[in-house]
Amino acid sequence: MRALVKLLLGVMGLLMLYAGSGISDFGDVHSPASEHVSDHYIENAYHDAHTPNVVTVMIADYRSFDTLGETVVVFAAGMACFLLLRGNRRREEEDA
Amino acid sequence: MIRRDESVIIDVVTRAMVPIIQIFAFYVIFHGHYSPGGGFQGGALLAGSVLLQRVVFGRDRSQGGFPSRLGIPFGILGVFIYSGTGLWAQLSGGNFLQYDALPLGFDAAMLRNTGILLVEIGVGFAVMGILISIFDDLVEGGLRR
Amino acid sequence: MIQRLFDVVVGHWPYAFTVVLLVIGLYGMLLKGNLIKKLIGMNIFQGAIILAYVVFAYKKDGTVPVIMFDEHHHAIEQASRYMNPIPHGLMLTAIVVGVATTGVGLALLILIHRTYGTLEEDELMERLRRDD
Repeated sequence: MRALVKLLLGVMGLLMLYAGSGISDFGDVHSPASEHVSDHYIENAYHDAHTPNVVTVMIADYRSFDTLGETVVVFAAGMACFLLLRGNRRREEEDA
Repeated sequence: MIRRDESVIIDVVTRAMVPIIQIFAFYVIFHGHYSPGGGFQGGALLAGSVLLQRVVFGRDRSQGGFPSRLGIPFGILGVFIYSGTGLWAQLSGGNFLQYDALPLGFDAAMLRNTGILLVEIGVGFAVMGILISIFDDLVEGGLRR
Repeated sequence: MIQRLFDVVVGHWPYAFTVVLLVIGLYGMLLKGNLIKKLIGMNIFQGAIILAYVVFAYKKDGTVPVIMFDEHHHAIEQASRYMNPIPHGLMLTAIVVGVATTGVGLALLILIHRTYGTLEEDELMERLRRDD
């Protein structure tokens, strides 16, 4: 059983390496991920927001909804930890 | 992490390092416009300064630096500052999180600059509060049998 | 087939390193018995995915995506001189979400240890089967 899982992991690794032959060259300027929207962000960031750091402009201005969702996710994780580990005190006091 | 460490050198060096780490963390937040940095990184550094105190001084003696019950309220404050900026922009006539419509009197590009700064401060507070709160929960959950 | 694998490992070696890290993380998650080792395997897996996105953002002779200024204080805004900023921005969020997920996972492990007294997978399944 464990040997089968190890074999499947090895096959999956080899398949992922084989699939990597289809991506564009390492550091290609015209790769599909680096055109369209990304060029628009780099060229218009300083003109729109007077801020040299393009990544900050992107996450706080062009895509600020995503950052708002992410802040709420972090808050929900903290609340989950709080309720798991600190919320048991009242039940123990009621039992005693 | 419950009892304090017994070495004098670690004690003194920690007391010297904590203000330096906090000043550097505020520098990283406020210079997120001009260099790599921003809200998440500065918030993690601020949490790191408080967690250093927790590890070195023990849980009871480091409550003076940052009490354990203030973790979640700082998280709430961070989310409130972020969505408060968006609501303020909407109540002043634009869309939600449209920094152009804030009634501050600058031109449009500087208004977006200010909006980005407010949002990053909110994110920094939220990340700091939640990281400290998760650490304190794990310590307290491990204590009780 | 072997020629293609060889080309990928030599020509795209950062991508091959990402695949190696991913397989190591999956091995830790699936085949180790202790629950904390599974959690650390999940962290390694997350690191591999973040590295993969950042590898795809690289451009030849590209620098950090912070706009540079020349001597007359004009902004150099040519897009082929900076790295792609979109994966960097997405991965900032991913790192913080990873920290929050690890925190919740550790809290669940503390509760499991408090209730069942063990963190090994086989002993845990044995006690769960006994309780039913």
